[in-house]
Amino acid sequence: MRRQIPLAITLVVGLVMVVQYFVPHKPVGNLYDLFNTWAIVIFAFAIVLGVGNLIKIHGDRIYRLERGWGYSVLLLLGLTVMIITGIGWGIEPGTSFFYLYWHLYVPMSSTMFALLAFFIASASYRAFRARNFEAFLLLISAVLVMLGRVPMGKALWGQFPVIADWIMKVPNTAGQRAIMIGIALGVVSTSLRIILGIERAHLGGE
Amino acid sequence: MADTIGIWVAALLTLFIFSFLYKDNPLYKMAEHLFIGVSAGYWVSYLYQNVFKPNLYNPLFHQGKLLLIIPLILGLMMVMRLFPKIGWISRWSIAFIVGITSGYYLITYLQTNAVDQVRASLLNFSQINNIILVVGVLSGLIYFFFSAEHRGVLGGTAKLGIWFLMVAFGASFGYTVMARISLLIGRMQFLLGDWLGLLH
Repeated sequence: MRRQIPLAITLVVGLVMVVQYFVPHKPVGNLYDLFNTWAIVIFAFAIVLGVGNLIKIHGDRIYRLERGWGYSVLLLLGLTVMIITGIGWGIEPGTSFFYLYWHLYVPMSSTMFALLAFFIASASYRAFRARNFEAFLLLISAVLVMLGRVPMGKALWGQFPVIADWIMKVPNTAGQRAIMIGIALGVVSTSLRIILGIERAHLGGE
Repeated sequence: MADTIGIWVAALLTLFIFSFLYKDNPLYKMAEHLFIGVSAGYWVSYLYQNVFKPNLYNPLFHQGKLLLIIPLILGLMMVMRLFPKIGWISRWSIAFIVGITSGYYLITYLQTNAVDQVRASLLNFSQINNIILVVGVLSGLIYFFFSAEHRGVLGGTAKLGIWFLMVAFGASFGYTVMARISLLIGRMQFLLGDWLGLLH
């Protein structure tokens, strides 16, 4: 019972999503719209689950006064303030939520990603040491694309943008296309396995 | 006044995060935890206003669309995952999400990532670029074909496929580096311009 019903749900919902592509009329088309609306709501609950887990973990940390519990207080404070302002007074520009979004979320988010610029520099050093022909190709392709996309590259040699364009349009497209087709075949086979109940990892143990 | 306070808070948090470049420290940890809390809070508020309110709360409680009780129940069942003893209840909602995603991706990936990409690769060989592109796609696909050992002609073609893949990875890496550098420039402009007023 704990396994059969979830498997039946996956089969029915999965089949409706597949069949609606070929038969977009009633009743399959209506079911598709209905399931899509439901899915949007249930997906949102998945975020609630994640936030609930965050509260549980950090709540426990504070309750047990574990090392670094003060940081957990700060985390829960940020979470609570954003939820109260966002749900209570809306999220439009001009609200207190938007003020916090603009002065806390935006700068911290872009700084976190900007921080990666430094780490990517050391990663580049390791990746770009041309120890074999493949690494050399990676190096030369990245350098040419970067030089072709910045004004300094064009100032150095007018052909850099042309070469970068060619790399993007021809060998890069070929490589990306092979990856995309490979991924698509993998997704199709895995999806079929899931819908038919052969792949059951998402249902967990027991 | 509020904007000035906001800019100072944003500048200090930016510096706290950059302090990680020296080493892990309490100021960075403070900013890191605050960031996680604020991000999670942002998404909850965003989802409430853009998903729950227009798709669940208003239609169910104001327009009487009672069928929406089903996703509400399935959603609440998913949250039961937080309680280990009754966590198995969440399987129903997970099964629904996995089913809908599998069915949707099966069709869309087959259409856009397989059929359309194959169709786009059916080029005439009057141009050298078209030949390179088709050879690149085929050799790349052969590299992903693991049902036979990569030896002889198959091995050579797979090797050529690796070269095309390395060029593609290099191009992607170049773009990623540039995106991160442009974010860094943005933060420097904020610190030197908006905060310290040194840039005009």
